[in-house]
Amino acid sequence: MKKVIVPLGPYHPLFEEPEFFELYCDGERVVDVEWHAGYNHRGIEKISESKHWDQVTFLVERICGICSNSHPMAYCNAVENLLGLDIPERAKYIRTIISEMERLHSHFLWVGLAGHFLGYNTVFMWAWKYREPLLDMFEVITGGRNNYSMIKIGGVRRDINDQQIEMLRKMLDGISSQLNMLTKVFLDDPVLQARLVNVGVLTKQDVKNYGAVGPVARASGVDIDIRRDNPYAAYNLVDWKVITRENGDVFDKAVVRLLEGFESVKIIRQCLDRIEHKKGEILAEVREIPAGEGIGRHEALRGEVFHYVRSDGSSSPVRHKIRAPSYVNVPTFKKSSIGQTISDVAIILAGVDPCYCCTERVAIYDANTKKSRDITWPEIVKKSQEKTEQLKKHG
Amino acid sequence: MNLLNIILLFIGWSVFLVVAGLFVLGIERKIAARLQWRVGPPIWQNFTDVIKLSGKEILIPEKANKLVFIIAPFAAFLSALVSGVIIILSLLYGKIMPGDLILLIYLLTVPSLCLFLGASASGNILASVGASREIKLVLAYELPFIAAMILVIFKSGFSTSLYNIIKIQKETGINFLSVAGFLGFFIAFLGIIGKLGIVPFDIAEAETEIAGGVLVEYSGMLLGFYKMTRAILFIVLPVLLMVCFLGGFNGWVGLLKYIVIFVLLVLIKNTNPRVRIDQALRFYWGFTTIIIFISFLFLRV
Repeated sequence: MKKVIVPLGPYHPLFEEPEFFELYCDGERVVDVEWHAGYNHRGIEKISESKHWDQVTFLVERICGICSNSHPMAYCNAVENLLGLDIPERAKYIRTIISEMERLHSHFLWVGLAGHFLGYNTVFMWAWKYREPLLDMFEVITGGRNNYSMIKIGGVRRDINDQQIEMLRKMLDGISSQLNMLTKVFLDDPVLQARLVNVGVLTKQDVKNYGAVGPVARASGVDIDIRRDNPYAAYNLVDWKVITRENGDVFDKAVVRLLEGFESVKIIRQCLDRIEHKKGEILAEVREIPAGEGIGRHEALRGEVFHYVRSDGSSSPVRHKIRAPSYVNVPTFKKSSIGQTISDVAIILAGVDPCYCCTERVAIYDANTKKSRDITWPEIVKKSQEKTEQLKKHG
Repeated sequence: MNLLNIILLFIGWSVFLVVAGLFVLGIERKIAARLQWRVGPPIWQNFTDVIKLSGKEILIPEKANKLVFIIAPFAAFLSALVSGVIIILSLLYGKIMPGDLILLIYLLTVPSLCLFLGASASGNILASVGASREIKLVLAYELPFIAAMILVIFKSGFSTSLYNIIKIQKETGINFLSVAGFLGFFIAFLGIIGKLGIVPFDIAEAETEIAGGVLVEYSGMLLGFYKMTRAILFIVLPVLLMVCFLGGFNGWVGLLKYIVIFVLLVLIKNTNPRVRIDQALRFYWGFTTIIIFISFLFLRV
């Protein structure tokens, strides 16, 4: 039987970022999937070794435009773990507020994109419209709509004053009613159900085999959440619960994300109550980073993001390792999309909420032999040294 | 009427159909935009698009069967035009053409077939996926649509000319008000959603799945012809529906009927996600076909 290769990517209306999936199809049915990464690699880990500890916070913020709070959060957790530092309580609450606002805006964004991939452009536009007040609020609080630069090693960069707390409360009232409406749209629309239920099912075992994290894992009934399992910031000081569903199809992934939105609203409200009409430190002083190593984890919007840093006592990290959630979530695609149709594959891939710029690794692809392999660490070092030599020679 | 007159008549109404169709599509885009909290493009945006496309280079893929690839959009455009002019002739000039409803059923299938042929000839894998979807969709919606048309023919005492169908409705009341006619209108309406290829049945184009599908290799004026074909169909199909079920297009009331059908189409387009091709097939051959056959039972009611 001759299989047809249907390309999804590298440039495709489905993706916001360049990525290449080869779908081996038999008619409309997908029988195998090949994933080619490496269109978007920027070498952030390497850059961070040449930056000051404080600068790295703002460097990792630029890994992804959506997780622009998650990576600094995990990085600062890692550095504070290295230092054995406990940050001031007010800073903890502010970090939590920013993280949860980010989760809300990302889930709105995802719901919109899921609608767009299904050709439901009204949901797309409405969800993004509802996301606007959140972005405006970010601008009021942090000064930036998408890159907040709010987290610093030892605390946060800006305080939230009482006036802003009032604005936040008002914004949350609006957001929760709109979230309610979107949830109803998703839960009640029969055509949406026909497209999403029992599509791209991941069983509990699949999730464990692939090590998938975040909403993808929770939709399959795997009860993991870094915010609860390994508390940081103020997550153990407020009352909330982890949302899980059992079926593991795209519909459940949508439901998990929507219900998580309500939990986020709950968390932010509690944090606001705790910091209102109070003053306090927002930044613990950090003089120098001693030699040692630290790990930091954060439940980002798409799952656990992991940062590892090693210091030799100098002003920049010797090694900085980042693992973003999409790195483990995207390969589940291979399990969930085989046997489905091309139409479903589009939404299955969207159901993972993939973020390729977090995930990119360098891969070498030989066009003549059609073989690809990963690049190793000594090779990168050698190549970068060669480049430096070249630069020195030619100017 | 001599030959010159006929040619002038055809050209005149063709221009009218294209202009009106693009205008209606412009309004459609505007309404969709307002529904989605956008400002939307200006109403004349579709004219600008077509004029721009006419100045663009036409790229023909190396692997394509060039003749079929180029002829398909023209054939689609012409068949849409001819079907439009036939309806206008019987509506406004009172021409009695026996069997023109049957001719219309054929002509209105041609644009979809041309899309299928052109896409198959383009040699692109995404286009061929789109083409296979298009032909499946044609098979799906034609069954209930043609059944609804046969219902109309039965209702009108086995007359197959549009003029007679309108005349009989004038004498005995419009088809829409009878049980069979109401169900038939409902089914034929579902059929024209498929024929227009709008959401939820834009499966053959499916931008986010197969990147435009059947249209993926088309550029320049060839794409422009497809756009104009779609614009004409946006006029012709609702008017055909009005002729068959709502007693024709008569003055301001006719315009109002057209607007009602148009608004329904826009609402359905903007409140539904795209369905899968197997779901579309099941929908048209299951639920829809059962309803239309039930409606045959109420033919004498």
